[in-house]
Amino acid sequence: MKQQAAVIGVGQTRHRARRADVSIAGLCREAVDRAIADAGVGLADIDAVVVGKAPDLFEGVMMPELYLADALGATGKPLLRVHTAGSVGGATALVAASLVQAGVHRRVLAVAFEKQSESNAMWALSITPPFSMPVLAGAGGYFAPHIRAYIRRSGAPEHIGAMVAVKDRRNGSLNPYAHLQQPDITLESVRSSPMLWDPVRYDETCPSSDGACAVVLGDQAAAAAAEAAGRPVAWIRATSMRTEPTMFAGKDHVNPRAGADAAAALWRQAGITDPAGEIDAAEIYVPFSWFEPMWLENLGFAAPGEGWRLTAAGETEIGGSLPVNPSGGVLSSNPIGASGLLRFAEAALQVMGKAGAHQVAGARTALGHAYGGGSQYFSMWVVSSTPG
Amino acid sequence: MTYVTQPLRAPLDIGFDYTRSLGPTLSQFMTALAGRRILGSRGADGTVHAPPFEYDPVTFAPPAELVEVGPEGIVTSWTWMAQPLEGQPLPHPFAWALIRLDGAGTAMLHAVDAGSAAAMRTGLRVRPRWAASTTGSIRDIACFVPCAPGEPGQHAPQEHAPQPVTMMTSPVLLHYEHTASPGESSYLRGLAAGRLLGQRCPACGKVYFPSRGVCPADGVPATDEVELPHTGTVTTFCVVNVPFPGQRVTPPYVAGAILLDGADITFQHLILGCPASEVRMGMRVRAVWKPRAEWGTTAENIDHFRPSGEPDAPYDSYARHL
Repeated sequence: MKQQAAVIGVGQTRHRARRADVSIAGLCREAVDRAIADAGVGLADIDAVVVGKAPDLFEGVMMPELYLADALGATGKPLLRVHTAGSVGGATALVAASLVQAGVHRRVLAVAFEKQSESNAMWALSITPPFSMPVLAGAGGYFAPHIRAYIRRSGAPEHIGAMVAVKDRRNGSLNPYAHLQQPDITLESVRSSPMLWDPVRYDETCPSSDGACAVVLGDQAAAAAAEAAGRPVAWIRATSMRTEPTMFAGKDHVNPRAGADAAAALWRQAGITDPAGEIDAAEIYVPFSWFEPMWLENLGFAAPGEGWRLTAAGETEIGGSLPVNPSGGVLSSNPIGASGLLRFAEAALQVMGKAGAHQVAGARTALGHAYGGGSQYFSMWVVSSTPG
Repeated sequence: MTYVTQPLRAPLDIGFDYTRSLGPTLSQFMTALAGRRILGSRGADGTVHAPPFEYDPVTFAPPAELVEVGPEGIVTSWTWMAQPLEGQPLPHPFAWALIRLDGAGTAMLHAVDAGSAAAMRTGLRVRPRWAASTTGSIRDIACFVPCAPGEPGQHAPQEHAPQPVTMMTSPVLLHYEHTASPGESSYLRGLAAGRLLGQRCPACGKVYFPSRGVCPADGVPATDEVELPHTGTVTTFCVVNVPFPGQRVTPPYVAGAILLDGADITFQHLILGCPASEVRMGMRVRAVWKPRAEWGTTAENIDHFRPSGEPDAPYDSYARHL
């Protein structure tokens, strides 16, 4: 039988374009130190470490987990590396959670990072193998045609993407850890920013960030001890992962089956029948603005073709009926490997009541979500202020 | 099975000059190397680690102090590199050795220019041969060389303290031999003959272009070859305005998802022959091939797709391929 597990500590770096003052190890350690301090434990209290990052080509360090063991306090303990492209931060949290839920470990540290300034992700994502036609151009070039397909399929007005960008960047300005601080962004400024991968504009794309995130997960006894000491925890109510091929005949790139199946399993496990009514805050992996309405539909918050209406009505703002990415989301900070874990961690912060200026008032149940590859990996969890 | 026995192969060479932010500990180490000195870090248990750790493997704390070690040391183990590879410290045969520097409790890996394997042994005393000019890199130690018996230590620090080194560049070059799958190879050989060859999955009946050899949905070998026409429909597209290193087509250009007539999956190619603003979902297109003399086993035989002039395909005809 599955054991109770909870987030008992959260830490992250102040995400920046370039953290030239620290090595990769130092960057990770900054997040780890904050997470264990938040949990009120020391590294000696951690039983196992799970680490995630995007593909090695991004920094050109092969298997960085090997050299990070000391920095993560993992020497003499189990250390696992998770590898699911952009969703890896979410998958890292879920692997760590499973080690606690299985009753194997009492406290597990999940760490994810990216130091994008050491390389060029556009280059790393655009290697053209022999015999093929070199037309792809990074993640934006891959996803822009699917965004066009969403707009055509849903009939969404053209300004929805810009609305998401304005909301997420303004939310980011409430979050001191967010990379982009743009409190003065407007619909007009987004719509006049350069068109990069038509229909995706510059201000509708995620930044390149250096950053790390760490989360301490504890079993029921560890969580109860934290609560007894006056430290709020986020109880994990449901977890879900699904995968599908990047390309196959019949793949729905706008509403991928793996994402819909993962969400359905998640809500079932959490006992949630009306996600839009029962989720108080959602941290969804939105690297390009239009993915907010797309994933609202894929996750079952809205019927197919209707997700943009929630955005248009302001319901996804802080104060709306379903605040999405109150932290500023991937559009405000994108240390790729860490971006998924940040979604999961920010969902936890909301139900712990520790989200500061971007706190959703009274949030008791929150979603953390990540996807990766060509919409092929999906991971998500539901956390609550009380055990499920 | 219609597979040609030999799959196609070609080299894939990629490279990038990665940067490394060194952080406080490794910054001191590299700065010292620029001054022809070697530092180690003293652990909580008293062991001096050289090269220095960033975090103590026992306490996980950053090192309290860095101490100078060496420059001489002894070989604790070694192996002979009879045929050096590109990028290695020496162009002629040398030893890879674990070297414990005087004052250190751990060994570091470096090259020993010993002349021959016969000159190598565990316990051999060695000293660094410094690079003619130093930059703050492990390569400031060009290699180690055996100490002559009775030879005094050659410790020759630079007279002026070097500028702090906080960043280094680490060029990475990767050489792959890329092998196409048998299914992809038959598709590529078709291209070399001016033909567009796909495969039909025997389970779901879907036609894949390019051929893959296996249906990704059913996991079964796709054996039926299907020749497809040179016309199709643009299901969706983006206009690429972004330059990036290594890009082979100059922006702006239209990257389209093209559904060949009779195929059940799209592939990416260039859409030219009309202004980018006129490309639309449902536009009918035709392949424009390069001159036959330039053909090879590559998707680049098709220079681009251009509008065919036919009426647009109705949305419902391709909606399920989005």
